[in-house]
Amino acid sequence: MSESSTSTRQQYTPPPPELGPGQTSHTSITEKITSIVLTPHTPYQWFIVVLIGLMLVGLLQVSIAYLLYEGIGIWGLNVPVGWGFAIIHFVWWIGIGHAGTLISAILLLFRQKWRTSINRSAEAMTIFAVMCAGMFPLIHTGRPWLAAYWLFPYPNSMAVWPQFRSPLIWDVFAVSTYFTVSLVFWFLGMVPDLASFRDRAKHRVTRVIYGVLAMGWRGSAVHWERYEMTSLMLAGLATPLVLSVHSVISLDFSVSILPGWHTTIFPPYFVAGAIYAGFAMVLLLLIPIRRLYGLQDFITLRHLENMGKVMLTAGLIVAYGYFMEQFIAWYSASVYEGFMMQNRMFGDYGSFYWALILCNIAIPQFLWSKRVRRNTVWLMFISFVISVGMWLERFVIVITSLHADFMPSSWDMFYPTFWDWATYAGTIGFFLFAFFLFVRGMPVIAAHEIRTLLPFGKKEK
Amino acid sequence: MSETESDTYGLMAEFETPEELLEAAKLAYGKGYRTMDAYSPLPIHGLAAAIGFHRTNLPILTFILALTGAIVGYGMQYWIQVIDFPVNIGGRPLHSGPMFIPVTFELTILFAAVGTFVGLWIRNGLPMPYHPVFNVAGFERASQDRFFLCIESADPLFDAEGTRSFLGGLNPVEVSTVDQ
Repeated sequence: MSESSTSTRQQYTPPPPELGPGQTSHTSITEKITSIVLTPHTPYQWFIVVLIGLMLVGLLQVSIAYLLYEGIGIWGLNVPVGWGFAIIHFVWWIGIGHAGTLISAILLLFRQKWRTSINRSAEAMTIFAVMCAGMFPLIHTGRPWLAAYWLFPYPNSMAVWPQFRSPLIWDVFAVSTYFTVSLVFWFLGMVPDLASFRDRAKHRVTRVIYGVLAMGWRGSAVHWERYEMTSLMLAGLATPLVLSVHSVISLDFSVSILPGWHTTIFPPYFVAGAIYAGFAMVLLLLIPIRRLYGLQDFITLRHLENMGKVMLTAGLIVAYGYFMEQFIAWYSASVYEGFMMQNRMFGDYGSFYWALILCNIAIPQFLWSKRVRRNTVWLMFISFVISVGMWLERFVIVITSLHADFMPSSWDMFYPTFWDWATYAGTIGFFLFAFFLFVRGMPVIAAHEIRTLLPFGKKEK
Repeated sequence: MSETESDTYGLMAEFETPEELLEAAKLAYGKGYRTMDAYSPLPIHGLAAAIGFHRTNLPILTFILALTGAIVGYGMQYWIQVIDFPVNIGGRPLHSGPMFIPVTFELTILFAAVGTFVGLWIRNGLPMPYHPVFNVAGFERASQDRFFLCIESADPLFDAEGTRSFLGGLNPVEVSTVDQ
């Protein structure tokens, strides 16, 4: 290529580094990460978020107590819309959780080093999001204390077993396995960092607490060898697991025969949507925390930009899913499928559909621009829009298919009640509360993995 | 005060960089020491091999547990729906193989993942409330920014004077005695 032609092209700028200029030694990494927790000073913004979270948790408790007292009639559910906010929010929260496992497991298998500074907080997000998700089907049973024998195959005095041909039972197994494996993976990753906390803690009580949690970890080479192997094994197991979880959840819909649900595109399209929503939530949480605790050297623009790219890709797969739904509705030549799509776009809930297209397809296209991907305000805005869009997607899927089914005489509208909204807001509060407690008391960045980013063996050369 | 070998766990050398620790571990192994361990705040590729630990058999455990999970998962569903309480629902076959796959799959993952996790801590001997290496002053930096090599007194070649001078020759920050 001649020089004149290269000068007209845009200058290539290498991506920002994985580790900022302020972090050059093992000492500085350890000090920075432990200083977030081992300090008597707590930023006032932390108290504000935790207080808001705690108030919403109070609202959640009241909502659940009233639900258990009165029954699920306090929600807007009725025939024909028997699945309402509970299933929408179950799917929404589980989807958000998927980004954590994607970052910690799939990117580990692909040897993506940029995952190291965001994986811990994303895994924490997964744990709390799955907790929020799990609440909905549990309280939707109305009497959760009876739900044990509906959900799990335990030998009860009535000799009744769950129906294993039902996707709802697959859900129980998928979500409980997902929660357990995520928890184990998260804790496994934290042990060496908890040992750093133990060794730096000044106060006796904190030293004992972190000492118990670190279980006597001493960084032995043999231990590290097995530890690394276990991480790899768990990553290999968590990868098909995370893909299976949202696929199984999509089967709740697609195994039924309802128009708009009974479709084979659902499993991959749900998984892509989960990754989309999850990365948006990671950005929504990490951009403020990065700034609040001055973590710009760990979570660099490289990370934010890469997450923007993952969101853009996942968003395009989701867009393909929407297109395929339209195409199949037409190509199947089924009257009911055709009506469903027409009703979805131009019926009573049509505005929801177009808002969804705006949020999930139109606005995220700004991510094609590098300037947008490197601008935290833009990223926050787009992430928020995607979170809303993914909520709308689940609303549209659940409600529009149910409210107008095969028989016009049974058609009806769905209107959420105050308690529907209160329960949803309550889980958001619980999520914020739990996540900020985690930030205050646990290693929010995987210090031992960050240490491996430092140049090794360069001295001799 | 003279130390007898019985109340000494070993001798510990402290290094500033992972490169120095790796080099020291290789030299110690070359010298013939076998009962030793290295401590570092990050996984160092090749360090376990340098002190003579070749490979972990944890993946075999993972495989066996995955197989167990699969058999338990499928077997449980078969037993429940075909043998213990067969129910004819809409004429569907009692043994509906494809419908049993999701639960079988999830239990495969669950058994393998939790079992590997538990297996790791059993093989590592953790949780362990007390270990002699923590008696060394400055060992708290093993989880932060320093690198340690400990030759244990159980090693047949170990002798307090000779081993100390050998470790001293590796250019460490400090060589200290590890009390039992």
